Amino acid sequence: MTILVIAEHNNQTLALATGNTLAAAQVLASKNGSEVALLVAGEDCQSVVEEAASTQGVAKVWVANCAALKQQLAENLAPLVVDLVAEKGISHVLVSSTAAGKNIAPRLAALLDVAQISDLIEVIDADTFVRPIYAGNALAMIKSSDAVKVLTVRSTAFDAIEFTGGDALIESLPDAVDQGLSRFISEEVVSSDRPELTSAKVIISGGRGMKNGDNFVLLEKVADKIGAAVGASRAAVDAGFVSNDMQVGQTGKIVAPDLYIAVGISGAIQHLAGMKDSKIIVAINTDEEAPIFKVADYGLQADLFDVLPEFEAAL
Amino acid sequence: MKVLVAVKRVVDANVQIRVKSDNSGVDVSNVKMSINPFCEIAVEEAVRLKESGVVEEVIVVSVGDDACQEQLRTALALGADRAIQVKTEAELQPLAIAKLLSKVVEREEVSLAILGKQSIDGDNNQTGQMLAALAGMSQGTFASSLEIKDGEAIVTREIDGGLQKIALKLPSLITTDLRLNEPRFASLPNIMKAKRKPLVQITPEELAVDISPRLTTLEINTPAVRAVGERVANVAELVEKLKVEGVL
Repeated sequence: MTILVIAEHNNQTLALATGNTLAAAQVLASKNGSEVALLVAGEDCQSVVEEAASTQGVAKVWVANCAALKQQLAENLAPLVVDLVAEKGISHVLVSSTAAGKNIAPRLAALLDVAQISDLIEVIDADTFVRPIYAGNALAMIKSSDAVKVLTVRSTAFDAIEFTGGDALIESLPDAVDQGLSRFISEEVVSSDRPELTSAKVIISGGRGMKNGDNFVLLEKVADKIGAAVGASRAAVDAGFVSNDMQVGQTGKIVAPDLYIAVGISGAIQHLAGMKDSKIIVAINTDEEAPIFKVADYGLQADLFDVLPEFEAAL
Repeated sequence: MKVLVAVKRVVDANVQIRVKSDNSGVDVSNVKMSINPFCEIAVEEAVRLKESGVVEEVIVVSVGDDACQEQLRTALALGADRAIQVKTEAELQPLAIAKLLSKVVEREEVSLAILGKQSIDGDNNQTGQMLAALAGMSQGTFASSLEIKDGEAIVTREIDGGLQKIALKLPSLITTDLRLNEPRFASLPNIMKAKRKPLVQITPEELAVDISPRLTTLEINTPAVRAVGERVANVAELVEKLKVEGVL
């Protein structure tokens, strides 16, 4: 049998999260002796195919290269994967638990008439998995009775494998059909010299205590000194301080860096859900009773507007 | 055109849940229940479409036992026109719910279905996309803006690192993200009025849907608790500690 991973990419490079998803696939493969195949669906994505084929532990790379797949719209991509599952003897389909992955996986699962397991954090065996529920306040061990399993993988639970050291067989697939249901118009992706939130080793996040969006510059100054990414709590996003793609939490991004610095964040369970697996957590807050202090390794009860400039100067 | 909104009854976002001592599930007895926050955003968006004249009727649906009528009434008080309860005592998984909703979409011939992107209990983020697949609809997930124009739904989606704009051929499925709108509060007169709005019940059998579960929950556990940390007196001490930890 084959375990299929759907690669996430921008037609130029593989997304880092695909490395984590491949790691989960390899854990599964080691349990049932399967091989791992990677699907690269896109247009003019030759550099992605090369990267995919040179990834250690990947036996096959299937390539679907056509205009209908350029933006990997779910309406066009899902039927292609349904065909692939039928033809190639696939037991599991794994997708990263990212915005792109969460968009495609349930559409695929429903077309296959199987349940989906979201946010895989541990593989017990080929049918049994662990996933968080209730904002990570409970962990459910779930057994699937479906012949094909569709899973999304939480990146923070699996150490990414690098896209090197492999030599996979490359096979082309027939072109996908444009279903004519959806059309791409435009994309605005924020370009930043700072690391991505989901892969950063250090993150400094601000909450409602930052008072406004302009004050986030205080976090950015610290971030730039230590190579950190800048995040935010839902409260800060709700208040319009910063954009939603910076949100760390239950319904935002799930992160687990080596160091997470929470500044002016009270620590609602929804925020803790997104960062409580970080190695070291630092909380800076004026409120002694703030729940964030309960999960912090180091707590500093002080005014962030005094602390941040001092912190920046000390680095 | 008609729009269908699905709502789910969930444990209120402010409740700290507890895992049952026999690890069979989560204890939800005697806790505050609410309409799932993302579903509330879905209701608001549908009502706004009606207020702007794009939509003639807003139908709200929930799948569950009679307790979910409370959330249906809430949606009616917020401005939905009528409600459907797909009545079942069983705890359903997203695939079964999507199949039931797909039948309702078909029966009611709606042009648009708006769902929350995820419920805050199961955290699955599946039902909307599954419904779209089963009903053959286009999908606009994690929407932060929605506009109906020339027979298409123009959707701005929250994606990792930014925003994506797509055009969808109707009928379409939309799932809501946080910034799509800010839901209103139901006024007292509207709450009273909602009591008289129609609410019909149908069963999974009437919709001819097999709702048998595909997943079995073997056990539910409490995650490991982080060890209690320490307080530092000032920035110098903090920097010192972080250097010792090797993270600075």
